Amino acid sequence: MDEQATATEEPSTQAHSDAALIRLEGVHKIYDLGEVQVHALRGVSLEILAGEFVAVMGASGSGKSTLMNILGCLDRPTRGHYYLDGTDVSQFSKVELARIRNRKLGFVFQQFNLLARTSALENVELPTIYAGITPQEREQRARESLARVGLAGRAHHFPSQLSGGQQQRVAIARALVNRPTILLADEPTGNLDSRTSVEIMDILQRLNEEEGLTVVLVTHEQDIAQYAKRALDFRDGKLRRDTPVRDRLIAREVLPTLPSLQDDDAAGDT
Amino acid sequence: MDFWNTLRLALRALARNKLRSALTMLGIIIGVGAVIATVSIGQGAEYLVQQGIQSMGTNAVFIAAGSGRPGGARLGSWAVKTLTIDDMNAILREVSLIREAAPAVVSRVQVVYQNQNWNTGITGTAPNYFRIRSWPVQAGSIFGQDEVDSAANVCLLGTTVARILFGDEDPVGKQIRIGQLPFRVVGVLESKGQSVMGDDQDDRIFAPYTTVQRKISGITWIQFINASAVSREASNAAVAPITALLRERHHIRPGEDDDFFVRTQSDVADLADQTQRVMTLLLGSIASVSLIVGGIGIMNIMLVSVTERTREIGVRMAVGATESDVQQQFLVEAVTLSMAGGLLGIGVGLIGSALISNFLAWPTLISVKAIIAAAIFSAAVGIFFGFYPARKAAQLDPIEALRYE
Repeated sequence: MDEQATATEEPSTQAHSDAALIRLEGVHKIYDLGEVQVHALRGVSLEILAGEFVAVMGASGSGKSTLMNILGCLDRPTRGHYYLDGTDVSQFSKVELARIRNRKLGFVFQQFNLLARTSALENVELPTIYAGITPQEREQRARESLARVGLAGRAHHFPSQLSGGQQQRVAIARALVNRPTILLADEPTGNLDSRTSVEIMDILQRLNEEEGLTVVLVTHEQDIAQYAKRALDFRDGKLRRDTPVRDRLIAREVLPTLPSLQDDDAAGDT
Repeated sequence: MDFWNTLRLALRALARNKLRSALTMLGIIIGVGAVIATVSIGQGAEYLVQQGIQSMGTNAVFIAAGSGRPGGARLGSWAVKTLTIDDMNAILREVSLIREAAPAVVSRVQVVYQNQNWNTGITGTAPNYFRIRSWPVQAGSIFGQDEVDSAANVCLLGTTVARILFGDEDPVGKQIRIGQLPFRVVGVLESKGQSVMGDDQDDRIFAPYTTVQRKISGITWIQFINASAVSREASNAAVAPITALLRERHHIRPGEDDDFFVRTQSDVADLADQTQRVMTLLLGSIASVSLIVGGIGIMNIMLVSVTERTREIGVRMAVGATESDVQQQFLVEAVTLSMAGGLLGIGVGLIGSALISNFLAWPTLISVKAIIAAAIFSAAVGIFFGFYPARKAAQLDPIEALRYE
């Protein structure tokens, strides 16, 4: 593990396959608001390899959310190409995009976006409903997924009975349940206190390192981006800087240095 | 996403807002319940009418003295004196479609037995009247042709009259007074219940028509002829020859009104059918109005629900739900609401008609057709009024939906 941690200093050389998992070629996104046209992305080209942990940085209006929507197949580029796993998905139909979101992508949001009055287990099961698997397998996968984020014991709790950190972990379990190749996290720590944030980053780092899951993290917080291996800086719809993260933080090492908070719940679950 | 999953999801979503779901269903429940209850009451009414028609005898042709106008002045019904026993015999002789016929003369009389007395109707007729109307005696026997020929003072009692005058006593063979005249009771008829018009057919006395003509009414003509045709079809076919014959016998010139009426059971049945159709149409329109109102209620709630659950829709789309998945989910929810309402409404309708049966002593017939129609219609309401909200949900942009506060 130490090996991997040090190897991450040079993300571009770490890739084992030469085919990029994500490749954007001259992607433009223009929102037509009737009278004005908003140029949210102005020709973005980039590659993300399998197993990377990328932080997308930028102020609001920089185009990072638009990039995230396109990477997440929630939106299509106005111009340019998006190759996901070697397939050009930029002109896919809505149904095809839904299928890709279901099979290849996992989403984690700032607002958690769990369904209220629905148990953690059922929340995690949600993506499997649309994947056409048997109910038995759905539940089994959901339980496994919950166990991976250390919430096996909270399967039947409702979101309202869980802390923010736990809710976000349920959301991560939900993102993992269909075994995606990419995890897209949009400000996953935006609603969490600093210690819980680090715990979430710990989960993301473990998934990345232990299971080789590709993680794309959108954040505007520099210290959160420090947990990634590579940072992409966006400004005015363009990629301004693409650099490996120096002095990368390892959440597992940071955690013991943080003061334990009263509402911390990690001990009970893991 | 498979159907059972969708249904489970819909039930869960509806269970989350129990009161709201219940209130939304109320419109459909009331609509469907009203349809079921009113249709079963209507069918009960039809049953009564049918029974009434049956009770008048099958294949019956009914001829009544009418409102001719001798000398220009119109007389009331039955007032003309032109219908006679000879007319009846002529019909029997010349209209081969008519198998048999019995005359009738009616009057109101005061009847007395010991210290009991009662005002009732008396019908003077012939013995075959009871066969034509398929009306047997429950005690004693029907008077014979001899007694008609001799205008004997004998009578048959309807069950109502028998009960009032005699109570538990057996009336057969007893002497009663009709007006000033003593009559011997020869029998008591079976109960026949209410007529189509709603009057008590058992509140009546029957005597030979000759007796009533000569000793009670003091007339020589008759007022009605109860005839029976050889078949149901023949009863209709016989109307024209009877009319022609009677017009000829009564010397009615072309262009002049008949001084009699000829009615058949199918006339009555047609009338009943027509009434039934109007009633069904009326009930149907009331029901559709309430179902449409119920449907609008469902649409309203579904729209609210779509707005409330915008984020949920966004999440579902983000994790892989297609537009049709989302549309299906909301459509199934709407249909579940309306069909659950429909089923509850059927229950309410059945209970309602049972209560009406019990407390108003009105027969109700449960119509399976109405139940099936109500179920189908409520599902259709759900689909129709659920479609727009479901479409709206499906067309949400996942990005916007996820950002929705």
